[in-house]
Amino acid sequence: MTEDILTLLKENVIQGRVTQDDEGFDEGMVGQPGVSELIEKALAQGINPENIIKKGLTEGMNIVGQKYEVGEYFIPDMLASAEAVGAAMEILEPHLAKSGIKSKGKVIVATVKGDLHDIGKNIVSMLLRGAGYMVKDLGNDVDPQVIIAAVREDKPQFVGMSALLTSTMMHMKDTIEALTESGLRDKVKVIIGGAAVSEEFAQGVGADGYGADAFQAVRLVEALSTNMES
Amino acid sequence: MYEIHQSSQEGHFSRLEKNTMARQGVLVQPYQRLKLEQVERIHRASLAILTDPGVVCFNRSAAEFFGDRGAEVLPIHQGSAACWLLKIPEKVITDALQSAPKVVKLGARDENNCLILDGREPRVYFASGSETNNWLEVDVEAFVSKRNPGIEVEFPVFRVEKGTVDRLAKAARLCEHLDSWDSFLRTVNIQDDDITNDNKDVNKFFASLNNTTKHVMSGLTELSQLSNVVRMSQLIAGGEEQLRENPIISFITCMVKSPLQLVDDTTQKAIEIARRGIPLVVSSSPMGGSTAPIREEGMVAQINAELLVGIALTQLVNKGTPVLYGSVPGRAHMVSLYDSYGVPEFNQYNIDCVQMARYYGLPCYSTGGISDVMVPGIQASVERLFSHILVTLAGPQYLHYAFGLLERTNTFCPVQAVLDDAHIGMVKRFVRQPVVTTDRISESLEQIRKVMGTSHKLYTRFVRSMLRSGEIAPPYPFEGKDMVDGTLLRARERMEEILSLPPSHIPRPVVDKVFQQVPGLLVRLRN
Repeated sequence: MTEDILTLLKENVIQGRVTQDDEGFDEGMVGQPGVSELIEKALAQGINPENIIKKGLTEGMNIVGQKYEVGEYFIPDMLASAEAVGAAMEILEPHLAKSGIKSKGKVIVATVKGDLHDIGKNIVSMLLRGAGYMVKDLGNDVDPQVIIAAVREDKPQFVGMSALLTSTMMHMKDTIEALTESGLRDKVKVIIGGAAVSEEFAQGVGADGYGADAFQAVRLVEALSTNMES
Repeated sequence: MYEIHQSSQEGHFSRLEKNTMARQGVLVQPYQRLKLEQVERIHRASLAILTDPGVVCFNRSAAEFFGDRGAEVLPIHQGSAACWLLKIPEKVITDALQSAPKVVKLGARDENNCLILDGREPRVYFASGSETNNWLEVDVEAFVSKRNPGIEVEFPVFRVEKGTVDRLAKAARLCEHLDSWDSFLRTVNIQDDDITNDNKDVNKFFASLNNTTKHVMSGLTELSQLSNVVRMSQLIAGGEEQLRENPIISFITCMVKSPLQLVDDTTQKAIEIARRGIPLVVSSSPMGGSTAPIREEGMVAQINAELLVGIALTQLVNKGTPVLYGSVPGRAHMVSLYDSYGVPEFNQYNIDCVQMARYYGLPCYSTGGISDVMVPGIQASVERLFSHILVTLAGPQYLHYAFGLLERTNTFCPVQAVLDDAHIGMVKRFVRQPVVTTDRISESLEQIRKVMGTSHKLYTRFVRSMLRSGEIAPPYPFEGKDMVDGTLLRARERMEEILSLPPSHIPRPVVDKVFQQVPGLLVRLRN
């Protein structure tokens, strides 16, 4: 029974179905439980959240990653699966805390002050959630002080900032300086991305890393997490 | 529309329309450059041209055919050849337009590849064309930067070769595997040492038919070879009746030398082909500014008159001969007086001609996708895509010159043909008709509402099934990621990939029969 539901969960992650209303690739899936419903069912059956993550979500996402690598899946497929995993993690979060299971890490993301262009940041959020991170999305046009307050309150391991406009990218520098002034800079790794910025710019403003695209951003967070652990 | 009494054609229509095995082409909502009153004005001008100044005819049989139907036939002197001035009354043309089929089937070895050309329906099929002397190979060479010897880049370099039977066969194999290439119109002039005028026709048709299951069209080099080509086609199609039902070959005859002259040789070929009832393109290719007026209305009035004469002749010879309105108008290059295809006027002339053909309800063999430059690259892409889009939008039934032609009509480049196939695929997507139904609108509204309820505000989820169904365009197939344009190199790889696939040859027993019964075939072509 446990195996059945975890297999179904994995299958629905691969198909990128968040709820029963979503269509998958196979015919006739609409109306059948999606990832959200299956997670609730698994929890009701008393399946260990850690097991749900490992056997259902992570194994599903690994297959999605492989399919993407060989060209069978496209970015929309990857995002749909990541969205499904993100929805699952949201349901699981309180249960993880109760069971004393630590998540892979917490990331605060924001598009900086003056900038409304947040598609890239949204994609990064979805992929990070899909990779098992807890993500708090502060939205767009975010003042440095809002980011400082969130870091203080949520104690994330990472702050991710995006900017599309050359006129707003300097707010990344302002935010990093504000983190330093607040005594929070050494508590978080700061990563940046967006059309306006570059590796060179990231180094110049004192960020810990730069992601050229959403996939690189996830790899960057994974790499920095490993360094932090070691 | 031109009033045509279609009763004599009805049997023919219903037989063809029942045929569901056909390539789809692309159905367009035609762009109408000319208003109906302008079309009619040009039509009347063409009729006026046919009586004054009339048409100079160098072929005795043609003069007799027209004379028998009431045309004024006046012997005249132009050089040493016998010729006549024909003044053709409207009635001859009107009768021909009534008897010429409005639907023409171009068959194929694989009947799923046949084309149904309906003069009343703007469904476009794409074909190659011209008979180029040159074949352009694309090689790849590595180049080292002079400034920084550490930088090595691969670039295409070009090599001109002559057209041969093997290269013609290669082009046919490409045609077989490229989706947008609907019909194989012979690409290169075969110039092997063992090819003569007497064996050219059978070998070019055999090399083409033996390497593609799509429709094969070509000109005829020697009238004496017509029977051999027809016999070969009957054997491949399965018999005389089968060839009539599924005409796997057709011919192009450019019987008109512009301005307004019926050439003896090609006119005789057209007469003989029409007698056999084989589908036939009556083509004319005047150049605006040299062999036709450069202004649009004058050019179109003249080419239309030339085509009407040719079409009328086919119907006088054999009522009901399946015939295509073969408009190949070009514009003269004002530096060299060569033909020039990259100019906007070329597109105007061609679009107008498509409208004239539609006015008569005749299937139109039109022209687009050709460029003046010698090698693939920016100029070639701009010029050919310009006409690929514009002339397609006009809705001709058969768009020829669409694959691989460079240096006007002198060079065929197989790598360019691979690129053209991809680009025509994009054009076909663009011209597809919009589907704005109540259901689709409801689906869109539902999507918009759903997405607005999410934090990410992304529609990507809804793209997934369409990515697989082919509803939305795939990425450009030759897209590069580096700082060097590698489009040609990737197209070349694709070409090599296709040419490594097993060819779709004619079954061996049929080939044996063809070699037994048709003289002149080169033994080395026997698979």
